[in-house]
Amino acid sequence: MSSPAAPEHALAPGEIAKPNTAWIWRVFGILVGITGVEFVFVFLMHPSTLRNSIFIVLTILKAFFIVGEFMHLKHETKGLIWTILVPVALLIWLLVALITEGSFIGEVLENMFK
Amino acid sequence: MAQPTTLQPPAASATHDAPRTGNWDGGNEPFKASYGKLMMWFFLLSDAFTFAAFLTTYGMIRHKHEVFTGEAKDFVFSTRWWPIPDHVFNAFPGMGHANVPLGFVALMTMILILSSVTMVLAVEAGHRMDKADVQKWLLWTILFGTTFLASQAWEWSHFIGGHVEGTVMADGTVFHGANLQMNQYGPVLFADLFFFITGFHGTHVFSGVCLLIWCFIATTNGTFQKRGHYEMIEKIGLYWHFVDLVWVFVFTFFYLV
Repeated sequence: MSSPAAPEHALAPGEIAKPNTAWIWRVFGILVGITGVEFVFVFLMHPSTLRNSIFIVLTILKAFFIVGEFMHLKHETKGLIWTILVPVALLIWLLVALITEGSFIGEVLENMFK
Repeated sequence: MAQPTTLQPPAASATHDAPRTGNWDGGNEPFKASYGKLMMWFFLLSDAFTFAAFLTTYGMIRHKHEVFTGEAKDFVFSTRWWPIPDHVFNAFPGMGHANVPLGFVALMTMILILSSVTMVLAVEAGHRMDKADVQKWLLWTILFGTTFLASQAWEWSHFIGGHVEGTVMADGTVFHGANLQMNQYGPVLFADLFFFITGFHGTHVFSGVCLLIWCFIATTNGTFQKRGHYEMIEKIGLYWHFVDLVWVFVFTFFYLV
């Protein structure tokens, strides 16, 4: 899944290089495939923590292909990759922490006045 | 002996008026990305914070509400528990009251992923300085973007209009559809979160379509061809893919989980 390679022969002035689009359609196929798998799980599996975990893993997989290939982040410099990924990782940590801790405190306060 | 650094004023010579290009004079580009592209990345990062706030709110409110524990076929709408999404979003345009669980949202997801693909194709054409191809793929992206917006408008109007059967409310009246104060599907906050989260995403899609239309006009006028590069398409493309990415998350947490 490499990015478009440089044309092998030098282009004459005004000449336009041949499109290199096979990798784009391959990523499209992967995204459609993952979405299809998600729909299989929606209809064939009863709701459970396991099913939700499967959805979240598949969603992150889709995000990986969109950000890595379509937004080209995979092919940027290491510095740029980490500059984007580290805040996002901390953000996900914050999100998980807020939901679990917040739900806990919410329950404690609710039961306190019962 | 100290090495001469670029911080020292350049010696008076013929090169005096030339811009300084040393590492500490701004001549260094550590990320090998232009200023505009870098700033677009940082803007998208800040936008991710906004959507994370929405998702946190959604997660906590959802956690606070009861889950329907019976068999899915016995499910009825009630303010007591959070609705099962495929019972709420089961209508398809032109199919009347047929039960098509999540069918329309599957189509909307396909449309948005396709628009992302045509966007990458436009960026690829820009790299090759192929004006006609850039125009073609931009037009396809605008088409898919507006189709998505129209689909969302239909989804909203159906959600607001409600299902035929409606739900008996606490005061004994039957209520159809939804607004910010009450809805037939479940807890009040369910509809509120639906309006705010999909609405915020839809606004992003709308801004994206406006930017794409501007890009198409500039491409047609030859602005980028004269400039010598199509980097603007790449920057708008980053934004467009981010909007697609947000939809992937909205789709998972609102329609699947």
